[in-house]
Amino acid sequence: MAQPLGPGDARRAALLLTPAYLWLTAAVFLPLSAMLFFSLLSDAPFRGADWRFTLDNYRAFFATDVYATLLWKSLRLGLTVTALCVVIGFPCAWVLAKTIRGRAREALFLLIILPFWSNSLVRVFSWAIVLRGNGALDWLAGLFSSGDVRLGLLFTPTAVVIGLVHSYLPYVILTTYLALQAIDDTLIEAARSMGADRRTIFRRLVLPLSLPGLAAGAVLVFVPVVGSFMEPRILGGRFGAYFGTVIEDQFVAVFNWPLGAALSFILLAVVLAILSAAAPVLRRAQGAAA
Amino acid sequence: MAEVSVRDVSKRFGATAALDGVSMDFADGGFCALLGPSGSGKTTLLRVIAGFVAPDAGAILIGGRSVARTPVEKRDIGFMFQNYALFPNMSVAENVGFGLRARKVGAAAERRRVAEALALVRLDGLGDRRPHALSGGQKQRVALARAFVTNPQVLLLDEPLSALDKALRVEMQSELKRIQREIGITTIFVTHDQEEALTLADRVGILREGRLIETGAPREVYNAPSTVFAARFLGDANIFEGRAEGAVLRLPDGTAVRIPPGSDGAAAFAVRPENMRVSLAPPDAPGVDSVRGDLVQRVFAGAMTTCVVTVCGRPMKIVAPDREVADLPEAGPVWVSWDRARMMAIPHP
Repeated sequence: MAQPLGPGDARRAALLLTPAYLWLTAAVFLPLSAMLFFSLLSDAPFRGADWRFTLDNYRAFFATDVYATLLWKSLRLGLTVTALCVVIGFPCAWVLAKTIRGRAREALFLLIILPFWSNSLVRVFSWAIVLRGNGALDWLAGLFSSGDVRLGLLFTPTAVVIGLVHSYLPYVILTTYLALQAIDDTLIEAARSMGADRRTIFRRLVLPLSLPGLAAGAVLVFVPVVGSFMEPRILGGRFGAYFGTVIEDQFVAVFNWPLGAALSFILLAVVLAILSAAAPVLRRAQGAAA
Repeated sequence: MAEVSVRDVSKRFGATAALDGVSMDFADGGFCALLGPSGSGKTTLLRVIAGFVAPDAGAILIGGRSVARTPVEKRDIGFMFQNYALFPNMSVAENVGFGLRARKVGAAAERRRVAEALALVRLDGLGDRRPHALSGGQKQRVALARAFVTNPQVLLLDEPLSALDKALRVEMQSELKRIQREIGITTIFVTHDQEEALTLADRVGILREGRLIETGAPREVYNAPSTVFAARFLGDANIFEGRAEGAVLRLPDGTAVRIPPGSDGAAAFAVRPENMRVSLAPPDAPGVDSVRGDLVQRVFAGAMTTCVVTVCGRPMKIVAPDREVADLPEAGPVWVSWDRARMMAIPHP
């Protein structure tokens, strides 16, 4: 039972929360404020350049449809990758949580978490080696068919999706695993004893009960994938222009920091808008499925 | 509703035999208790009947048909779990209606039958509550309603009352009995509580280490147990073990105790604690036998007092109204006596 905080408790709570707030200030609030400041400048305030406050950078987004097109492309990429992660990750999480026990489960967990331990750049480049023409995948496909096989996957949107799904799949598996793990086996047995088939049990019991974990995993995938730039650049080749790569270009190549910052904030606003629109839908889905 | 037959069922989990050649028939509309200590295989037997566990050998017949190839969801059973297993994402009415919807009875019939079932377990008007907003006793009633609402062939209850506190348990026992009588469904329930088994069931089966060692009506099994284990497990029992020589049982230390005739060789007899008396002098009455003992403990528990008396080196328990033993010393030499007709011969010691 929650008890009202006494004056001593409040002080202790404030003391305990201080490091977290300091961290949030230093790591989130200050950089974001700096970026917001940059996004409102006419020129980066370096090299003694003249600058003034302006909204031109935000206007630039609407001036041509290039940015909107790329943003839409990035959002579609985010949806595709998230959907694939959910479709692949849910069965994995189910098997881990309900089918496999003991040592085998630990070993599988290690395999799932392993990608987290390797450098992401290395991971993406190794995909490039696998997918490139005459690469590992072509060689493997050649073993199963006659003649020279050219899948030609590298530098295609498919390669970008493969690389991103591989990077972000563990998030969905882990969050869904936790949600499924919390579903008591007797609930499923009870449903079976009442005559429910597998599909009914999934639809009315397992899915609604695991939806919070699944949704958390989907958000953890969707948000960074929409802004991703490394995987598109390395695996996408000439198809690799996305909203994330354009932002990166502004900072690394073009040195138009104000435009990059403005585009970043537009992306942030769009993602937040999507998430807040999705939240009530998810909540309703959970209630309705019940 | 149907009769259930268990035919020579065995099940091993690794090295341990959870069930070892168990056969038992459950009458149509009967209320049977499976009783045994933990690890005796009683829950495994219930789960085999339900279909959650496939037996290694043997067969289960429900309504005369083998269900070996019938999965749980097609067996037409009602199963109530020890932890109730209520669906947390559904309301009480949705929980109870779950099985009806799986059987596609239609929305109107579902609503009507859910209301009927909730009325039967006296939860009218609570259909919109979520399980987490219910008390332990209410959850138990929802779980019960959910198990019988589909009118299954057999109702299986796994320790249905063990999660309740004592007062509520006693109340729910009579509720359970009333409901079972009203719907007249074949019911098999597992319990480790012998009192619960005696109160509720019209038939009990006692399991020990995977074997069914005794079946019968509660009064029959209580008054004429066929094994020492059953005598001790179903109520308390004071056991005399020794060699029968005509009308006398010779105990290991040489004491002779008179017994009803008919036994020979190694034999065991049991007397229930409530059928024994403790006194300072041996009572002189026809048909009453007594042995010398040493009173070591006297525990007052309201209506009845329990005395522990060491007889021939073994502790015996005697339960008597407190006024009968109030004038005894706290400890010391006493006589333990019993009516010879109350002595139960154990055929399979």
